[in-house]
Amino acid sequence: MTTALQPFGFDTDSFEAFLAQRAEPDWLLSMRRQSWDTYSKLAWPTRDHEEWIRTDIRTFRIENFRPPIQAPPASVAPPGLLTREVELAGACVSINSHSTSHWLAPQLASKGVLFGSLPELLADNADRLRPHLERQIVLPGYDKFAALTSAFWIGGQLLFVPRGVRVELPLHSLAALTADGVDLQKTLVILEEGAEATMLSETASLSVDVEAGNVVGSAPAESRGLHAGITEIVQGAGSRLRYVNLQNWGTGVWHFAHQKARLERDAGLQWTLAALGGKTAKVNQQVELAGKRSECQVNGVMFTEGRQHFSYHTLQHHQAPETRSDFLYKSALQDKSRTVWRGMIKVDPAAQKTDGYQRNDNLLLSDTSRADSIPGLEIEADDVRCTHGSTSGNVEEELIFYACSRGLTRREAVRLIVTGFFQQVLDRITIPSVRDALVNAIAQRVREYR
Amino acid sequence: MATDLLTITDLHVSVDDKPILRGVNLRMQRGETHALMGPNGSGKSTLGLALMGHPKYVVTQGAIELNGVDLLAMEADARARAGIFMAFQRPVAIPGVKMADFLRHATTNVRFPDRKEGEQLIPMKDFRKELRAKMDHLRMDVEFARRYVNDGFSGGEMKRAEILQMAMLQPKFAILDETDSGLDADAVRLASESIAEIGRNNMGLLIITHHDKLLEHNPPDFTHVMLGGRIVETGGVELAAELYSQGYDRIRRTYPEAEAENRAMLDHDEPQLSAVERE
Ligand SMILES: Nc1ncnc2c1ncn2[C@@H]1O[C@H](COP(=O)(O)OP(=O)(O)OP(=O)(O)O)[C@@H](O)[C@H]1O
Ligand SMILES: [Mg+2]
Repeated sequence: MTTALQPFGFDTDSFEAFLAQRAEPDWLLSMRRQSWDTYSKLAWPTRDHEEWIRTDIRTFRIENFRPPIQAPPASVAPPGLLTREVELAGACVSINSHSTSHWLAPQLASKGVLFGSLPELLADNADRLRPHLERQIVLPGYDKFAALTSAFWIGGQLLFVPRGVRVELPLHSLAALTADGVDLQKTLVILEEGAEATMLSETASLSVDVEAGNVVGSAPAESRGLHAGITEIVQGAGSRLRYVNLQNWGTGVWHFAHQKARLERDAGLQWTLAALGGKTAKVNQQVELAGKRSECQVNGVMFTEGRQHFSYHTLQHHQAPETRSDFLYKSALQDKSRTVWRGMIKVDPAAQKTDGYQRNDNLLLSDTSRADSIPGLEIEADDVRCTHGSTSGNVEEELIFYACSRGLTRREAVRLIVTGFFQQVLDRITIPSVRDALVNAIAQRVREYR
Repeated sequence: MATDLLTITDLHVSVDDKPILRGVNLRMQRGETHALMGPNGSGKSTLGLALMGHPKYVVTQGAIELNGVDLLAMEADARARAGIFMAFQRPVAIPGVKMADFLRHATTNVRFPDRKEGEQLIPMKDFRKELRAKMDHLRMDVEFARRYVNDGFSGGEMKRAEILQMAMLQPKFAILDETDSGLDADAVRLASESIAEIGRNNMGLLIITHHDKLLEHNPPDFTHVMLGGRIVETGGVELAAELYSQGYDRIRRTYPEAEAENRAMLDHDEPQLSAVERE
């Protein structure tokens, strides 16, 4: 396999060359062109932008990356972390934006479920999927990264569950990056009225033996990469979704993600967001409770180390009466890592009798780590209950001593206390394989504490 | 078995550079019961915590040895594995960590002192069976094991949980720091009986108490009185009886120097003391 670098980066020529290669319907091409236009007009965010005050991306250079138009240098990826001993209803894998495999249980396909690579499924179902692509609940103009992804997305997954269909077993997707790889993707999760599903999605960095075209393991931690992604979850009335995101890139990957869900009447979403990898991760996570009595639970689990920087902006937007949102984010920070969490509960005038909750707890495992937590409320209805809070603190020496006095080594004690810190959020996750994967990942990361 | 010997020689301990213990001597054999009494703030808990290896309690002089082996050179976890245990006056909560998981880890480490981190724990089935039997014995609900360590426990539950841990870890020497406080009359009797059953003859017990019930079931071979960071008097069971019937007046009068030091320590930290008294 040849690895000649493409002569172009992210410019209008390369964009046009990319479009020429796509064989996509005109409506989609024109959407992409509009977004490209937006992208070209927008400046890169700087620390003058309110959302970027604490997140420095001056060392990010789009010129260092090339659009991932070529086929990836490998065709297989190792299994993910989330699915140990889990029976699946379908799975898909992509490497550097390109789908390398996908399958779906035939009995689900025959019920009209679509699952797999979005571009591939789009080729066969263009008319059916058009309204879902045109919806664009993540606005291309939100920022430069949203515009870039809207214009230039190459890969991504689609899960479509028709009205009333219940998918019992989980579906799994793994997106992988190789050194200098780019993951530009759009993911759509569409549940029609009364549908039910569980989707587990995760990311990983791989190192590849280029000669043999084989994956040889996980990439050297610092190998460079870029992810720019948009995830849109749209749930019809009474639908139920459990959605799990595990961001587990190597620590050289820039991660820019816009994730948004919209829920109709009586819909329920349990959304688990775990983040362990990446160099700098900037994530916008928004939930629109658009229909009466819709409800969303978000479980955030983060562990940062080295010089990782995670910045999360969350919005729980209550638009209809009697809606409920419950966001709990917990982070542990080691070394010189840093997290920024800015949460907002917004309640529209119509959204009476809503119940909004948000909380962010941070456990600092070093003196050089730092967590900024900025909860916020914007309430325009008068009959609501909204609570928010945040905490930051160190591992208490008294707790360590107590555990040590029972024969645990200091490290075992700290590990136990750190997993205990996460237990409250882990207890809310109803998928055992996900819980186990996160507990293991956290326990492995905890090193000597002071 | 009765040959295990714990010796404390001329022990001086400071907290935040403030001297608390000023030359404590104590010699305990496994199988003996020692009562440690003394007014508030005299340094009883400090002695226990220094024995257990709390990093805040800095030994500035003296020695602690278990069968001639220097305990001061060991961290708290190594001391636990060497057979030292302390039931704390104020145990801390570890949110999110289930009692059963915590105790399984602890029991494995103490029973297999050479276990390396990450090596197997004692089998779940055996552990559960043993834990359940011991909980039954202490009349603790099985639900207890699934709760988080000391998290939201009542005062009495906390003390019972400490006794349960002692029962599981089977130490050579146990310091019981006011394990009878915060318990109602029935609970004190149950705790006293359990301690007698688990500990007497089998362990060296250092019982810190202000009440008589615990000692009634665990009659001390020796009673030590602490004042101003020193053991000022040692006697038999009759000394304990004198102290809880008549208080510390005689002691204070007999040892005015120690009494002055005790007072000085108390004056130093009123807020700390009021927290102690509230309990
Ligand atoms: N961690 C600490 N920080 C500051 N001062 C301490 C600390 N531990 C003990 N002291 C001080 O040392 C002195 C002895 O305290 P200690 O707790 O050992 O007394 P005690 O005999 O156990 O009293 P009580 O009967 O009230 O439990 C007190 O003046 C106390 O305030
Ligand atoms: Mg005390």
